[in-house]
Amino acid sequence: MEQQVLEDLTDAERKALAQCRQAILGVERPLRLDCGVELGPYRIAYQTYGTLNAEKSNAVLICHPLTCDQFVAESHPVTGKDGWWDSLVGPGKVLDPARYFLICINVLGHCMGTTGPSAREPASNQPWNLRFPVVTIADMVRAQAALLDHLRIPDLFCVIGGSMGGMQVLEWAASYPRRVFSAVPIACAAHHSAQNIAFHEVGRQAIMADPDWNGGDYRLHATNPARGLAVARMTAHITYLSEQALQRKFGRTLQNRDALGFGFDADFQVESYLRHQGSTFVDRFDANSYLYITRAMDYFDLAGAHGGVLANAFKGSPTRFCLMSFTSDWLFPTRESRDIVQALNAAAANVSFVEVDSDKGHDAFLLDEPEMFRTLSGFLKGAASARGLK
Amino acid sequence: MSATVAPIRVDLQLIADMVQPGGRALDVGCGDGALLAYLTDFKRVDARGMELSQAGVNACVANGLSVIQGDADTDLRAYPDDAFDYVILSQTLQATREPREVLKQMLRVGKRAIVSFPNFAHWQVRLRLVFGGRMPQTASLPHKWYDTPNIHLCSIDDFRALCGEMGIRIERAIVLNRTSRPINLPPLLGNLLGEQAVFMLRRD
Repeated sequence: MEQQVLEDLTDAERKALAQCRQAILGVERPLRLDCGVELGPYRIAYQTYGTLNAEKSNAVLICHPLTCDQFVAESHPVTGKDGWWDSLVGPGKVLDPARYFLICINVLGHCMGTTGPSAREPASNQPWNLRFPVVTIADMVRAQAALLDHLRIPDLFCVIGGSMGGMQVLEWAASYPRRVFSAVPIACAAHHSAQNIAFHEVGRQAIMADPDWNGGDYRLHATNPARGLAVARMTAHITYLSEQALQRKFGRTLQNRDALGFGFDADFQVESYLRHQGSTFVDRFDANSYLYITRAMDYFDLAGAHGGVLANAFKGSPTRFCLMSFTSDWLFPTRESRDIVQALNAAAANVSFVEVDSDKGHDAFLLDEPEMFRTLSGFLKGAASARGLK
Repeated sequence: MSATVAPIRVDLQLIADMVQPGGRALDVGCGDGALLAYLTDFKRVDARGMELSQAGVNACVANGLSVIQGDADTDLRAYPDDAFDYVILSQTLQATREPREVLKQMLRVGKRAIVSFPNFAHWQVRLRLVFGGRMPQTASLPHKWYDTPNIHLCSIDDFRALCGEMGIRIERAIVLNRTSRPINLPPLLGNLLGEQAVFMLRRD
């Protein structure tokens, strides 16, 4: 008998769930979280493209970054925008559903259908809000593994993701090495740096400073901390772009005016752009989820979880790794990818590493980067040949 | 991987022939990955590469080879002892900052090391320096003195002497002529007539 997850779905969640798959898990065996709480039942919302082959050898898990979700390669049910990794995933693309069974799972704590802070606590039947347990990247991966068990998928041909998705890839390889044939962590790090945490903290403080946040109980008060969330998004968005990209795109160009306004309207195009980024973000993202997911990233420290030695996380790893970084990414600079490569070498793991020349900053991994596509396509070709995948 | 691989350079072929099938090899300074591809495809070797130039690395990975961007002088230290059956350094030793340390690291990381390098005591080099009075430029040393990456050139005899000093056992030494064909000569003549050499080494 399937138990219900207690919740009051938001409009966005309702639309998302109508367009993707879902599973209720943790009914008999709750999910043991890093913080000690046992979570269950919980819902996992996910999307798939392509077909699992008879040998179950062509499954590819795509791990989404902070503000993306399971709608990798299709029109988004809330925003109507193209899939966030349309450039990479789709017919004739590097990750072609004709060849692979592609799965993307909305992470635990998120707000596109998977259980997060907006669900209700079973014991009290009250919304969790800030009482929702703090989840970690490892918890997200545990929940993903539980879904794969549920789908009877023993292992993955490849786990791939960028940014927070890359953190999940690393966690997958460290926690379930036998289930990961190949791993592609892109534009990420084995831990969040002080600077990364600092930017996230600014975002969280912006949300919590919004009077409409109401200590996290905004839905109870029928309010929405949209201004705080928008500022959080604006700050984060700057970290996704390079200085050159901002300069090239906007420079000091004025927005719809010929002269400075001597006021605090959006005089400059870059201001208008950021305001737009902020205001559209609040339509699809939940403020509490933003707190939880950024926290999960801050807590990520793979070396810390393995006695302070990153190489220990990959000891005896049978996985084939391909890491990629981008020259102008200052949020997850190449140096941090190189640290992972060194640890993998120390563990004598099979690793490739490419630094892609791009001036588009951290966001480059989401954009049309032919060098990244070529690298990935070559790596997957080699891995497929090693796996005997036709 | 495709079954058709373009024929590889004669000196690389010679190195490939020294590698037993089925083992693990690291090619340091693997360039465009020609040797790696050969070892993977025809010798079933678990072959990895390290290359300084980003363009070389990207080309290798795009061809399905396991290659990282790295520097022989600094990045061999990251590997554990005995990680590979062979560590290969072809035509790169003379461009390293600390050739002695690189050799030491190679034989720590690998059970065997295969090293090839141009011979600075080749008769053409000697002639150009003695009678031309200019820094020698030859087929295997094509650079001008001011733009050469080769900062630690040595002769075949120099290399043998260093191996002796470091307690490295020379398992095989092959001297190549100008067309990269092996020539069988006593050591003294080899040091004069060999344009390059390939050594297979192991810890004593």
